[in-house]
Amino acid sequence: MTAPPTLYHPDDFANLRHIGPSTSEIESMLGELGFESLDALIDAAIPPEVKRSAPLDLGDPLTEKQVLKKIREVAAKNKVCTSLIGTGYYGTSIPSVIQRNILENPAWYTAYTPYQPEISQGRLEALLNFQTMICDLAGLEIANASLLDEATACAEAMAMAVRFTKSRARTFIVDHCCHPQSIAVLRTRARPLGIDLRVGNASEEIRSQEVFGALFQYPDTYGLVRDLREDIRHLHDAGATAVVSADLLALSMLKEPGALGADIAVGTTQRFGVPVGFGGPHAGYIACGEKYWRQMPGRIVGVSVDSRGRKALRLALQTREQHIRREKATSNICTAQVLPAVLASMYAVYHGPRGIRAIAERVNLLARRLATALEAIGFPPDHRDFFDTVTVNVGTKQSGILSLALAENINLRKIGSDRVGISFDELTDEVTLSSVCRAFGADSSVPLESGKFELPIDLLRDSAFLTHPVFNMNRCEAGATRYMRRLADRDLALDRCMIPLGSCTMKLNAAAEMMPVTWPEFGELHPHVPLGQAEGYIEMIDDLSSKLCALTGFDAISMQPNSGAQGEFAGLMAILAYHESRGENDRSICLIPTSAHGTNAASARMAGMSVVGIETNQDGTIDLETFEETSRKVGARLGATMITYPSTHGVFEPTIMRIAEITHRNGGQVYMDGANLNALVGLARLGDLGSDVSHLNLHKTFCIPHGGGGPGMGPIGVKSHLAPFLPKDPISPDAERSVSSAAFGSPSILLVSWAYVLLMGGSGLTQATKVAILNANYIAHRLRKRYEICYSGTNGLVAHECIVDTRLAVAGTCVSVEDVAKRLIDNGFHPPTMSWPVLGTLMIEPTESECKAELDRFCDAMLEIHGEIEKIRDAKIDPHDNPLKNAPHTIMDIVGDWGRPYTRSDGCFPAGAMKDAKYWPPVNRIDNVWGDRNFVGLQRTGNA
Amino acid sequence: MRYTKDHEWMVSRDGEVVVGITEFAANQLGDIVFIELPEEGATIEAGAEIAVVESVKAASDILAPASGVVTAVNDAIISNPGLVNEDPLGEGWFFRMEFDDSGEFDTFLGKEEYQLLTQE
Repeated sequence: MTAPPTLYHPDDFANLRHIGPSTSEIESMLGELGFESLDALIDAAIPPEVKRSAPLDLGDPLTEKQVLKKIREVAAKNKVCTSLIGTGYYGTSIPSVIQRNILENPAWYTAYTPYQPEISQGRLEALLNFQTMICDLAGLEIANASLLDEATACAEAMAMAVRFTKSRARTFIVDHCCHPQSIAVLRTRARPLGIDLRVGNASEEIRSQEVFGALFQYPDTYGLVRDLREDIRHLHDAGATAVVSADLLALSMLKEPGALGADIAVGTTQRFGVPVGFGGPHAGYIACGEKYWRQMPGRIVGVSVDSRGRKALRLALQTREQHIRREKATSNICTAQVLPAVLASMYAVYHGPRGIRAIAERVNLLARRLATALEAIGFPPDHRDFFDTVTVNVGTKQSGILSLALAENINLRKIGSDRVGISFDELTDEVTLSSVCRAFGADSSVPLESGKFELPIDLLRDSAFLTHPVFNMNRCEAGATRYMRRLADRDLALDRCMIPLGSCTMKLNAAAEMMPVTWPEFGELHPHVPLGQAEGYIEMIDDLSSKLCALTGFDAISMQPNSGAQGEFAGLMAILAYHESRGENDRSICLIPTSAHGTNAASARMAGMSVVGIETNQDGTIDLETFEETSRKVGARLGATMITYPSTHGVFEPTIMRIAEITHRNGGQVYMDGANLNALVGLARLGDLGSDVSHLNLHKTFCIPHGGGGPGMGPIGVKSHLAPFLPKDPISPDAERSVSSAAFGSPSILLVSWAYVLLMGGSGLTQATKVAILNANYIAHRLRKRYEICYSGTNGLVAHECIVDTRLAVAGTCVSVEDVAKRLIDNGFHPPTMSWPVLGTLMIEPTESECKAELDRFCDAMLEIHGEIEKIRDAKIDPHDNPLKNAPHTIMDIVGDWGRPYTRSDGCFPAGAMKDAKYWPPVNRIDNVWGDRNFVGLQRTGNA
Repeated sequence: MRYTKDHEWMVSRDGEVVVGITEFAANQLGDIVFIELPEEGATIEAGAEIAVVESVKAASDILAPASGVVTAVNDAIISNPGLVNEDPLGEGWFFRMEFDDSGEFDTFLGKEEYQLLTQE
């Protein structure tokens, strides 16, 4: 039925497009829950002391057209120049076929982290390609599926080296010719680990003292290509570890780190077709030799088999993760940069080894021609062995040359007061070359000579790379398009169904919010451009920051952390620096409820804090008396309390403010984990509840898509007293507590959150929160008929998610919670969060974006699954051969001998499955044990 | 056979103590996929984390039951961690060690005491 014309406001993005349920659906759900209005439900769900009465004022919601127009105006304030600044960021061209089929395709960008491998085979294959690409180029045996950026990859390598080096030395050498942002992040990370970090001439430093490892940049930040073999041999003789941060494109021509003897290689994959974006997001990489692979942080894709013995991929070694190891975890990394990693891997699939090598050779040739020309006019390069970067000592002419270049629309790198760096890249052409020459005062003819700057012969690569067929068969665009489509079709993302993952907030990533991300005014900005060229970015970041402050009650925001976990680390570092500034250096204990996400404890350890667990009640709530007693006992050593609100059990605990107050009374600071912010926006503010610092997962609450497992953003908000201790720009001379390669983390995706906030306005955001709470309570209400809902707060209501206990339902059968989860795949759903925070449960968060029909389809599926379990219990069907144990079902099941005690239709078309749009998982249940016992993390011809 | 509260078993044989994890522990962990053992000849302190066991659902540390020296390790379980699930009390042993204080062996839990612990 069509609504009367007066009720239809086509421009109402918030209510009509972002929020799933219509007005009448909202009414009907409220009716079932027994509430007269949405506000009545909210008043009953949220404790009055927590709820804020003043409405959220962020301006009126804008229409899609208005927002895009506004962002266009802001984009125009960025000045796009050709940046030849280098320092780890290079111009690159994303092939259109990859931009359209992956970066702009919701099948890729709305997918979740591939924890459920049966529905993630497409991106797992792309990530296996990524790992293969890294191993090949680096010449090492194992690579992970990406890290947050180059600087954190360096820091992770240093932490790995501490773990596996037998030497008792605590000194780590960083060559002074590493990128400055990597040095800054290493400084931040070394101190709390008790590592003595020394920056200097590494060749000398490693010979003058006992060290456990050293980091070299290859080619170095000034472009020099140096033979590292002597230094690496020396390190090995001393029992120390050699880490090389290497440029991927250069490695197609230069001897690979593995061949030089390096134990670990790290770097960024940005120049493989990922826009610079004023600093990110990009995928960092790390690779190591086989003997160290167990120490490797982050996610690793491995090959296994499914229940039919067919090759199937999944994440390997999951038990090393922080949520299981907690304070014993060796890293707090929870995420990767899947989408940028997929883009980079597809760049390699598209260009192939010969293409990549040709791009590299062209870059090198142009750089050689530049050096020849500059030498001819009296500017000999600082070093003659370079790949793409020429550094010249220009004495007093520095500022003149820089401004002449700028007049040509070119940014060069200013080094000290008398040197200039020029880094060429894939986009550099003859026009760029002659412009640069002109800036140096050469005449306008394009130099053609290049012969005097050959790369050293004994550093030329002589091994093959990217030899697997996948890198050699997708040259033509038809082939490439179909390959990407084939992979996308294997995966279940938000473009097909609700992803009801508790604590992950898989809400709509609207098309309009995504569009500006690929505009060149945002994509092509180098993070080190003069700020005058980035006025649009600065305006956007300032406006988003002030809006986020208004809705959280904080005074300042740092956009630097690239993930929630990194936000936790940055926040705790700010707390420690604050204590230190007051002479309270002993405040190093962090109180964390035992029900908290394990990452909290891992982050606290990384910040050098000791974790004291606070026992929680059966229902996950904190007992105030116990808490008070522990805080008092810890006394002058209390640094911080880390707590999630609403609790990890999805409940609005009314005691939150008392916990904050007790912490403050004992001299501690409160870190509130913002993972569940989607339950609070517009209704309550973490700052008002007593938080001193919190991270906001922009990839949850503020619509940055999960990208199949990254990029994320975890900016931190702080109260004013902590503002001086926020992370500083890693390339500024006074860099302190920097946690990312770039000052604003991953600025290009902040556009998504900004667009969202503009589209929704304060009223829309508030309504979204209310509907998120309504949707969760509606699911809890419907499922309560058959399952126990674990925890609820006041009036039996949950917050924005609910924990469904399957234990009672499956009691007396051998059905596991995993069987229930996998059966949801047959129903066309991404399974919810499993066995967290309580074993044997499913945590379901529908978000506000799902309409009633999708919620009902989900509830119908869950209720039918309960019926299937009953049949097993009543011995009406075989306990081991039934739809749950055999889930998920694939086409291979129906084409062969069926031979099962239930029909094909019962197996493959349960209640939730859409008859005309059935999702068929490409593999059956995957054998995790086989894969972990027989680890393979590469594309091999004919493996498994 | 003696037991620790951390689900390790010990057998004293020719002045050495053989150490492994109990059947209960192996069942709780599920399919074991990776094991890291101490080095032969290593001097270990009671309570120190000296080995790691990973299954597909959990990772846990093995603590040294007493101070002493590791005299042998079972390489077979490194290449085939499933042995610990199949035969935790036999072929799935972890390492042998010499206690600094050989009298300490008898201070550990007996069979009944350990069984009580696992029934809780």
